Amino acid sequence: MDATQTKDIYTEEFLINMGPQHPSTHGVLSLELTLDGETIVECTPHIGYLHRSMEKIAENRTYTQFIPFTDRLDYVASMNNNLGYVMVVEKLLKLEISERAKYIRVIIAELNRIASHLIAIGTFAQDLGAFATPLFYCFREREKIVEIFDQLCGNRLTYNYMRIGGVLTDFSRDIEEKIKKFIKYMRPKVDDYDWLLTYNAIFLARSKHIGVLSKEMAVNYSITGPNLRASGVKWDLRKDEPYLAYDKFEFDVPVGKNGDAWDRYKVRIEEIRQSLRIIEQAIEALPQGDVAVKVGRIHKPSPSETYFRTENPRGELGFYIVSDDSVYPYRLKIRSPSFSNLAVLPELVRGLKVADIVCVLGSFDILMGEIDR
Amino acid sequence: MLSILDIIWVLVIGIIVLGFIAVSAMFLIWWERKVSAHIQSRYGPMRVGWHGVLQSVADAVKLLLKENIVPAGADKLVWWLAPFIVVVPSVMAFVVIPFGKNLIVKDLNVGALYLMALSSVCVIGIFMAGWGSNNKYSLIGGMRSAAQIISYEIPLILSMIIVSMQASSLSMQKIVAAQAGYWNILHPNMALAFIVYIISATAEVNRVPFDIPEAESELVAGFHTEYSGMKFAMFFIGEYTNLFIISAIAATLFFGGWQGPVLPGAVWFLIKTYGIVFVLMWVRWTFPRLRVDQLMGFAWKVLTPVSFFNLAVTGWLLLK
Repeated sequence: MDATQTKDIYTEEFLINMGPQHPSTHGVLSLELTLDGETIVECTPHIGYLHRSMEKIAENRTYTQFIPFTDRLDYVASMNNNLGYVMVVEKLLKLEISERAKYIRVIIAELNRIASHLIAIGTFAQDLGAFATPLFYCFREREKIVEIFDQLCGNRLTYNYMRIGGVLTDFSRDIEEKIKKFIKYMRPKVDDYDWLLTYNAIFLARSKHIGVLSKEMAVNYSITGPNLRASGVKWDLRKDEPYLAYDKFEFDVPVGKNGDAWDRYKVRIEEIRQSLRIIEQAIEALPQGDVAVKVGRIHKPSPSETYFRTENPRGELGFYIVSDDSVYPYRLKIRSPSFSNLAVLPELVRGLKVADIVCVLGSFDILMGEIDR
Repeated sequence: MLSILDIIWVLVIGIIVLGFIAVSAMFLIWWERKVSAHIQSRYGPMRVGWHGVLQSVADAVKLLLKENIVPAGADKLVWWLAPFIVVVPSVMAFVVIPFGKNLIVKDLNVGALYLMALSSVCVIGIFMAGWGSNNKYSLIGGMRSAAQIISYEIPLILSMIIVSMQASSLSMQKIVAAQAGYWNILHPNMALAFIVYIISATAEVNRVPFDIPEAESELVAGFHTEYSGMKFAMFFIGEYTNLFIISAIAATLFFGGWQGPVLPGAVWFLIKTYGIVFVLMWVRWTFPRLRVDQLMGFAWKVLTPVSFFNLAVTGWLLLK
């Protein structure tokens, strides 16, 4: 070894493949990390491990047959996916649904939003190293929602509950009681999370000022949902482009200040509170009537192009249908929120530590089922 | 010269200590599972024995029967030695821990120093495991562990020195004797030393919120990712033995050791030790994990200055 070599020690960046099998990549995401010690130099997400060619399958299914497939997109919020899809088909068919069905859809969608946010919060805390306890608490609360759904449609994860023209089954009195009980049960639990996590010093140290997503950047990368609102952009389709009966309810759109990981977490906590408000109002004002319009199972719309977007727990879920003269769609394009949300990750994690990448990824609450489709 | 009797005596003591360690580690593993389960509103192990008390035995049998997998490209010697180097110092620490008035293997006159020395050996084993595994995650875990344990050793040792100063001895029994009637924790400077000690000790044994060497969410399992079967069990036993030891040291140095009314000394000692163990478990299942740079920052910017300050104050109080 000559003198020059000893003077400045030669160090090398090294490559590490995080995933597709890794405890905190939220599914089969693979991150190719270039590390300089603990610092991230470059991060390249590789997707496609869960690709099931949903969009192509849609071209060989009737409009009704595709509903169960939408369950498998964002499997944590299946109801919301169902909803987005049936809404676009209803728009295509120019179908008007009953008031009761609208209210039921709102209640169900909001319940599932809570369930989805609970998982997001729980796994985020898990990613920050809070060993399973918040996750178990979140799952305990989610279980109540899942039980309601189970009673309603017989499934616990992939519900297949929304129908073109309405919903599968009407609420029984029992379910209404259960939902009312759940609202009462859930409110103090959300405060518990504040005690356990939100203002915990270590939690704040780990998530404040980490992965700061500026307003401009968020808009440029077409980030949507809680992640966009955490950056300070007040954009919620339920308020800005109201569908179903959302314009009849009073609720706030929580926004963050800095756009860091903590803000993204906090917005979700606040959204749970707002969702509870919506459900409470909807269940009080639930109108009587049929839950489904009688339409056939085979639909043959006139050739046209339709786009409709709904506010999913993870952001804007858009369905774009090109119909031709057959009973199948000519083309179905799914605009999934997680896909856009993931795209910004490499920008945010450059220069951070390895532990932070898990934090940023967890705060975005991505879901591989809808990224790969 | 060692006589036959001495050798038999050493063997008997060794077997008793090893037996206690095995039972204690198994009990702690079961207890941790129960504590965590109840914190998380579930039951934990319930099937093997009464409320799953024999779960650890069943797990040990399972781990003994497991295949021992050596990763391709592993540094064989380092890989094989690592678990032993982690476990042996924690076994050796039992030599100077006073369980009762006469219930101590050997009351070394440098007892506290001996414990400090042993606590630094463990890191070598962990680093060897990280290096020998030929796995990048393990290597990062090993590196982190080395940095962390070396950083936290300083406040740990400083807070132990404060106690030794008060008792003007390094012998564990004399430290206990010095606390007769008035526990160290009741002095304000000692209480501060205890807080520093328990934080640093948590970092020494890699428990949440300082478990970055095996940070599950980023490093899978850190330095023991590649270990399986009995070698993994060795790390596990080492971890829980260390947990017992840091609590036992805390009980001895700050809570009057085996001293207490009515009940025999050993019972008091175990009550205090397991009380501290319970607090550490409680912390583990409540807090998130710090990041590696925050962890180092905390050791060097907060704990070390506080310990030096405390040391100076204690010195002044003693000389006054």
